[in-house]
Amino acid sequence: MSSSDIAIAVRGLGKSYEIDHQRTHLPTFRDTIVRRLKNPFGRRSFETFWALKDIDLEIQKGDVVGIIGRNGAGKSTLLKILSRITEPTTGRVDLYGRIGSLLEVGTGFHSELTGRENIFLNGAILGMRRKEIQRQFDAIVDFAEVEKFLDTPVKHYSSGMYVRLAFAVAAHLNPEILVVDEVLAVGDAEFQKKCMGKMGDVAKSGRTVLFVSHNINAVSSLCNYAVLLHRGRVQTRGEARSVISEYSSIVRPDVHFDLVEHSGRPKGRQAILQSLALAEQNDEPSATFDPGAPMRIKIVIKTDTRLRSPRVSIGFTSARGERLFAVATYLGVNRIGQIVGAQTVICSLQLPALMPGRYTLDVGIAQEGGAFIDAIYSAGAFDIAETNYLGVTHAYFPEMGNILVRSDWSLEPTAIEATTAAAS
Amino acid sequence: MTQPAKPAPVPLLSILPPRRWTPLSLRELWLYRDLLYTLAERDIKVRYKQTLLGIIWVVLQPLIAAAIFAFVFGHIAKMSSDGAPFLVFSYAGLLGWNLFNSTLTRASASVVENARLVSKVYFPRLMLPVSTLGATLIDFFVSTGLLVVLMLIYRIAPGWQLILLPFWMCLLLAAAIGLGLYISALMVSYRDLQYALPPFLQLMLYACPVAYSISNLHVSPRILSLYYLNPLASILEGFRWSILGVGTINWGAVAYSTAVTLVMLVGGVLAFKRMERRFADVL
Repeated sequence: MSSSDIAIAVRGLGKSYEIDHQRTHLPTFRDTIVRRLKNPFGRRSFETFWALKDIDLEIQKGDVVGIIGRNGAGKSTLLKILSRITEPTTGRVDLYGRIGSLLEVGTGFHSELTGRENIFLNGAILGMRRKEIQRQFDAIVDFAEVEKFLDTPVKHYSSGMYVRLAFAVAAHLNPEILVVDEVLAVGDAEFQKKCMGKMGDVAKSGRTVLFVSHNINAVSSLCNYAVLLHRGRVQTRGEARSVISEYSSIVRPDVHFDLVEHSGRPKGRQAILQSLALAEQNDEPSATFDPGAPMRIKIVIKTDTRLRSPRVSIGFTSARGERLFAVATYLGVNRIGQIVGAQTVICSLQLPALMPGRYTLDVGIAQEGGAFIDAIYSAGAFDIAETNYLGVTHAYFPEMGNILVRSDWSLEPTAIEATTAAAS
Repeated sequence: MTQPAKPAPVPLLSILPPRRWTPLSLRELWLYRDLLYTLAERDIKVRYKQTLLGIIWVVLQPLIAAAIFAFVFGHIAKMSSDGAPFLVFSYAGLLGWNLFNSTLTRASASVVENARLVSKVYFPRLMLPVSTLGATLIDFFVSTGLLVVLMLIYRIAPGWQLILLPFWMCLLLAAAIGLGLYISALMVSYRDLQYALPPFLQLMLYACPVAYSISNLHVSPRILSLYYLNPLASILEGFRWSILGVGTINWGAVAYSTAVTLVMLVGGVLAFKRMERRFADVL
């Protein structure tokens, strides 16, 4: 590829923060004065923390790039530098095109203003000219499905409407480089689908998309290229599939996963899911299962409010980032009642005959009909043992897919004339 | 086979570590001019939607304050208003003072009030304090309406001095925005400033010829020149002189105030530009 196809070039990028361990609140004048009196000439003792270090990246025009990594890996810092919210400490970024970023849905919305007024306000904040907004106005309203409430203050909007309107404005920004941070964690499933579709359209029109997410399913279905960040550095980059498989290997299989401070929970979510445990049918904890074996999953849930018809779901994802199947309370044989306080939800299931290898689990809980109230991507992982389920001497290979299926083969003598005759 | 070598593409934008002083990019401010307008519009709309009496407060507040001044300074203290009716005199003074006061107060709080915006989206940060001018100017013109009514009632016609009114207004705004830029950037790190500002302004109000005229200061020339060190003193006296034709204009002090005001404005912009890059990290 020629150099003129580059959309973003990042060289030696680093960002450091100075952490003061004694500091628990914002500095006040008193603190500053007291410090100066105690130590008039000395520099303050800081610990320097590098949120990002030595990042080198080259992103081509038309690429859809997934940025993955656990919490604290530096994803948000990278996006903040790219969107010019904060400045780097070292290195440089060259952008070959107008950049539009959506780090949070609905920034700059004012609750007292109407939907119509907020479209103009939000558009202007995102860097759109007034004329541009006027031209796109109908498309935005259409996408958000809020035409009836255009002249209602947004404080009366449902959270779904609010998110739809906010995403709609940003989606019509039409930048050459679109940066999106985890916005799909909000909103209902249908709207998430719509957002993903919109991002796909942006990519198809030859523009560049940078997409940060914990959800490797979303990354694998949307992105062709991925960057895995780990503790502020680029661990792997390249074709999305291979990067995702490396990401999956960061989660170690175990029999018990603490979810309270799990790094796979999107920011801002309240911790309702407490822990995840894997066991065999006889309740013996296990992190390795035979293909087709039964499995028991125990999820401890703690809530301050009463969850009337909770929908707990568990998604199974392959190391390549493909969602293989999901189980959920509302897809099960018998349902569970309301959850008050702390309770353990137990799910017994029969695994399909999965290919030996590593699988990760996504866990989520939603109110009936609503969006997720807590969700953790790659909450846990388990291995499928290298048993010879098929009973063959041949080694397994990736083209076999994810499920092992036993098959019988035989030959039958066939007269060619007879088949042609039957066909005609 | 030989293809003409493509020239190396020039990046549309390069993001680099901050330098000590960043120049003010007028081109960028121009690109974002619609944002300035939209932010100002937001402030005005929100202000009038939330309060029932809305616009009435804008004129009622200075009118009440002017009446108090007229009673305390004019009626009880028997100070001179250089011949003008004391109510009109103090109202005209307050009009100029409020232009400075509300510009400074609103601009100072603007960055902290929009913390969520600053930490989530890029735009020239300068837009936040500057956009507060919209709401301030609307208030100013509304309260000017009442001044016109008062002048009609008291049968006072403005003289030729009126043509200088925009000059005083510009000085007041420049001083307020300059100081406001500086304080708004400092307030990001030092929230105490939001409590320190009102008493400071209260003190300033009495250090300026608002409730009284400079002719009331029966002090030695030495003390008087100390009084004129406050750049607002001669500007506010000039503001009222332009409207009512009363007051003492010390042109030397005016020249000094103009210079100080310009320094404040330029210094405010530079200080703001220098501190703005830390906003998102601190907020």
